[in-house]
Amino acid sequence: MLLKHTTSKEIERKSLTINPAKTCQPIGAMYAAFGLHGCLPHSHGSQGCCAYHRSALTRHFKEPVVASTSSFSEGSSVFGGSANLVQAIDTIFTVYNPDVVAVHTTCLSETIGDDLTQIVSKASDDGKIPEGKKVIYCNTPSYVGSHITGYSSQLAAFIKFFSTSTTKKKNVINIAAGWMEPSDMREIKRVAKEMEARIIMFPDMTDVLDTGLTGKYEMYPKGGTTQADMIATGDSKFTLGLGEYSTMDACVKLENKCKVRFKVLDIPIGLKATDRFIMSLSRHANVPVPESITEERARLLDLISDNQKYFYGKRVALWGDPDTLIPLTEFLISLDMKPVYIITGTPGKPFDERMYELLKDVPGAKFKSGANADMFQLHQWIKQESVDLLIGNTYGKYIARDENIPFIRFGFPIADRAGHNFFPKTCYVGATNLAIQILDALMDYQDRTCPEEKVEFQM
Amino acid sequence: MRKIAIYGKGGIGKSTTTQNTVAGLAEMGKKVMVVGCDPKADSTRLLLHGLAQKTVLDTLRDEGEDVDLDDVMKTGFSNTSCVESGGPEPGVGCAGRGIITSINLLEQLGAYDDDKHLDYVFYDVLGDVVCGGFAMPIRDGKAQEVYIVCSGEMMAMYAANNICKSISKFGKVGTVRLGGLICNSRKVDNESNMIQEFAKKLGTQMIHFVPRDNMVQHAEINRKTVIDHAPEHNQANEYRALAKKINDNDMFVIPTPLPMQDLEDLLVSFGIMN
Repeated sequence: MLLKHTTSKEIERKSLTINPAKTCQPIGAMYAAFGLHGCLPHSHGSQGCCAYHRSALTRHFKEPVVASTSSFSEGSSVFGGSANLVQAIDTIFTVYNPDVVAVHTTCLSETIGDDLTQIVSKASDDGKIPEGKKVIYCNTPSYVGSHITGYSSQLAAFIKFFSTSTTKKKNVINIAAGWMEPSDMREIKRVAKEMEARIIMFPDMTDVLDTGLTGKYEMYPKGGTTQADMIATGDSKFTLGLGEYSTMDACVKLENKCKVRFKVLDIPIGLKATDRFIMSLSRHANVPVPESITEERARLLDLISDNQKYFYGKRVALWGDPDTLIPLTEFLISLDMKPVYIITGTPGKPFDERMYELLKDVPGAKFKSGANADMFQLHQWIKQESVDLLIGNTYGKYIARDENIPFIRFGFPIADRAGHNFFPKTCYVGATNLAIQILDALMDYQDRTCPEEKVEFQM
Repeated sequence: MRKIAIYGKGGIGKSTTTQNTVAGLAEMGKKVMVVGCDPKADSTRLLLHGLAQKTVLDTLRDEGEDVDLDDVMKTGFSNTSCVESGGPEPGVGCAGRGIITSINLLEQLGAYDDDKHLDYVFYDVLGDVVCGGFAMPIRDGKAQEVYIVCSGEMMAMYAANNICKSISKFGKVGTVRLGGLICNSRKVDNESNMIQEFAKKLGTQMIHFVPRDNMVQHAEINRKTVIDHAPEHNQANEYRALAKKINDNDMFVIPTPLPMQDLEDLLVSFGIMN
């Protein structure tokens, strides 16, 4: 028993969180920064922060994650980090030559009150930022929110520093991508192309954090939203934000700055969320839904109906980030499954409101969000009344093993399985992948554990 | 070795009172070290006859970890040892962290070691105890005695009461105790009686009433303590008296801070609110 001290009895806790379902703000800011072409994330704080954030991303993506740091010392904590950041900017452009440096703060630099606006403008005045290069920044104190907050702040910084409106609106739809896998983004771009919709996706981590092995190391891989595209988001006629927590702030800022109207949707995970995304894209880009997409949807429906009896009534526990948990929960309900326990460490009302609505017809379902929502409590719930399936990041593997419950890895981080870079979970194809994964997990478990006389050749 | 921290509202005269008292103790033949805990680094000006001190943090920044005690400790009036923590320029960095860094460094460098034969260490701390860093001098193992400089003015008493809150917090788990209030007169009506009553309510004493005298300003202009500048003057004797009282003091308490209402009632009953 790896988690042998977890008991089914819940004791009220006020100031103790055990295995929180979230991580640091700067990890989100760093991840989002890779969605801009030629961008080097820079961590304004001590070296340990940067090292941890890089390794957290590397463990998930299995790619080199390059970022620089202000390398705070005792002295910088007292005197402020201005000198370190100005020097860092100079060194970065001299040695690593990115197009953009995306600075984010850390707990330390936030607490001592370093003012990035003033420091970056000093670097600019001192001539440390070469012509045509850019230094952008956002504030990411980890004692507020979660990695999703940091992701959202980085997106808002993209808008603040790039988006510009000329007088000419273009027939282009912005897609502000919430926290998802590069493979998920690739799928959304494929669908948009199939529909012949002109889009600008930002951020875009495809071909940055899922590159192939060519034998040649590229510090700035070919992917990422280009600066030109990022600037042009101000001239697009509409923005679709995918994921309220990750993209709402950016969408609002873009509307205020460049008068680009927007609609925030769920990340298109599952049948209904994909329906809403496809219909919105079709409407706002003014393109019809092609036959090929309708066929993908039909194949998904066929798979679901063929295997309905295996989905039906299965109890599922989920954990992760709100923007993916909301559509995932909705999808599981569409499959006639019962998402009974759902937790996210990211605080915020929309999650609670949406879950309350979605789970009305799932008796006994429990959900919890915010700093006090943790894996420990989820495990306690499972001990009280077990589930048939776990869906979440790698942190659930201990519960899966102790309780002998089938487990599908989904979300961030996945540090112990491959595949998230290859099989998208978005759109109809992604929903199909997800449904197949669920079936595999459940059916494998049944084959392995059912009495011998119940083993079926045909399932 | 007695370690003493001096707190009080900004501008109340902490540094002046500290240095004059230290001069008095030094005159008595005591070996005293003053540690200025104010980013302005003006806590040892009168003892050193000017702002002659390179601060601990400046040295740390310029020289790195390789700091020598002699780089940061200067000898002032009557063989006193003077150290300034220093800190960041106004509006940047973290002065609180600066004090923590500085005091830790002084300990590492052996500033308090037995071979220094110190009788007293005085910490002169900026203003109010606004954050953890400024409470460093009264954390466990640092200063055991605190004196609060105040006057009969509302805000000075309010600040003193606040400082008592942090002493009572740290005193419960550590060794820090309040030694008394030093009333640095602002010529407020009924001042001495009021501060005595205030001290009583806090569970402590008014250890000395320092009258207001222009000689203090004269001495300051000359960058000297009164004892140094005008040893015969009556004000010099007042500081000698304070030094002696601190030297003989045996009343150390964990104070009981007053609720706001009691503090205001005190002011009303002593007549300055009218």
